[in-house]
Amino acid sequence: MSGTVKRLVRGGVLLNLLYVPAMALFAVFIFWPFLKGIQISFTNWDGYNQNFQWIGTDNYSRMFGDPDIKTVVKNTFIYGVGSTLFQNVVGLLYALFLNTRIRTRGLVRTVIYLPVIISSLIMGYIWYFFFQYEGGAINDLLQLFQDQPANLLGDPKANVWIIMFVNTFQYLGIAMVLFLAGLQTIPREYYEAATIDGAGPLARFRRVTWPLLAPSFTVSVVLNLIGGLKLFDVITAMTNSGPGYASASLSTLMYLLYFGREDAGYAATIGILMFVIISVVSLFALILLRRREVPA
Amino acid sequence: MNGAKARRRYGLTGLSLLIALIHVLPFYILITTAFKAEDDLSSKWIMPGYLYLDNFANAWREANLARAFLNNVTVTVLSVLFIVVIGSIAAYPLARRQTKWNKLVYLVFVSALIVPPLTILVPLYKFMVNIGGMNRYWGIILLHITFNLPMTIFLYTGFIGTIPRDLDEAAMIDGTGRFGLFYRILLPLLKPITATVVILTGVGVWNDYQFSVFFLQRPELRTVTVALSSFFGTYTSHIGWVAAGSFVAALPMTVVYLFLQRYFITGLSSGAVKG
Repeated sequence: MSGTVKRLVRGGVLLNLLYVPAMALFAVFIFWPFLKGIQISFTNWDGYNQNFQWIGTDNYSRMFGDPDIKTVVKNTFIYGVGSTLFQNVVGLLYALFLNTRIRTRGLVRTVIYLPVIISSLIMGYIWYFFFQYEGGAINDLLQLFQDQPANLLGDPKANVWIIMFVNTFQYLGIAMVLFLAGLQTIPREYYEAATIDGAGPLARFRRVTWPLLAPSFTVSVVLNLIGGLKLFDVITAMTNSGPGYASASLSTLMYLLYFGREDAGYAATIGILMFVIISVVSLFALILLRRREVPA
Repeated sequence: MNGAKARRRYGLTGLSLLIALIHVLPFYILITTAFKAEDDLSSKWIMPGYLYLDNFANAWREANLARAFLNNVTVTVLSVLFIVVIGSIAAYPLARRQTKWNKLVYLVFVSALIVPPLTILVPLYKFMVNIGGMNRYWGIILLHITFNLPMTIFLYTGFIGTIPRDLDEAAMIDGTGRFGLFYRILLPLLKPITATVVILTGVGVWNDYQFSVFFLQRPELRTVTVALSSFFGTYTSHIGWVAAGSFVAALPMTVVYLFLQRYFITGLSSGAVKG
């Protein structure tokens, strides 16, 4: 080995070679397509033909005037923010409840967490059996009180919330487990000290549990936000975005425009909107929540 | 134990069982639907009082689940293997040589955690068509590897950072090179975090639908979720078949989870909270 190479090895620059494979994959399958996507968003490409025209910012002005987009962005936020809210509230309640010496806690935790490891497409089908029009489990109950079954999945006022519920139910376990882990890092003495100072259960929660759970809270909120904002499988399984685009998210709309309508240029533009929304919302949440974490 | 305390305890146990019951309901309905004969029009809430397995036979055959499981195993095993190798070696210099440049590289890797790769679906699809990666195992595997690297590098870099550097120095004095050091000294220490990475990425790849459905469209290459969804589209009226197919599809991961649940649950929380 020549002197220069030897010095480089000792300095460890060659060690950087170890991340070259990862970087190459990143460059090829993330950065390059990303740049290409920006390019495609300025064309009227149909997804197949080699011929297409540059149409400037037409796709973008079309997007801002598209009434479907308004619905779909609203749905995306219901799926993202709505699920995150319920997952964290219920997840925290479950964690507080299970963080006791209750005998059944192992069993209950196992059951609540189970859907997390099952494909969300399959969970979507399972809930479809509940909400389907003919012979659905919910309608069997409703028909004890009324003659006609309710078209729950076909009703745009109901199906978006049903999908949000299904997503919440599936990933509730993540929030619960994160909070349980967070609760176990809080020293018992803090509670004892607070009790001696005359703090009741509510005050103990507000002054000890809540601030010290902040790191778990950050992770849980950001994970659930990203998961909900990109929701795809459950929608496909339960309503296939219908009726029309009434229950579509940005993910499923992009898919339908590309493969169903051969509107690839516009679909790429939706992809960029989705990129902007998800990164802005989750970064905003991350920065906001990190700020309230107590410095260790 | 006095009376009031005991009553409170029974109450809490009862409440916990009620919560568990609510969370089991979907699976109960899945089972009643999957085991019910096609001409049995009774409510999904009612267990069939007989053993009927035709739904399973039909789903297994029509959705070609045997082939789908084989595809799933192939894609998952190869993806996870490469994720672990490429991710762990990439994390080593990022954790041990914290130059300005490497910190930037780390930031670039980890920032991809926030942005779902689904946003680049259109150009990615075009690109995969161009390089001939459509309907090929290697195509979807390369995508799974790439999209799981941010999480993997994040977890490994964090974990290697907690291993004392003295260990590296001791090994170096003994004449181990830096690359040998990684394999002989560090790799065995990385077992716990590797278990976490295998579980997190393995579950993700095994259950994937949103990428597999685009890149594995040929029937003989479909993974379980893709096979199920095309099956669902064709046989929506045979709801029992769909239920049986879903049941079979969810079974392997559920069994693994029930046996290794401690690793699943602690893996997730240890991985995430550290960030």
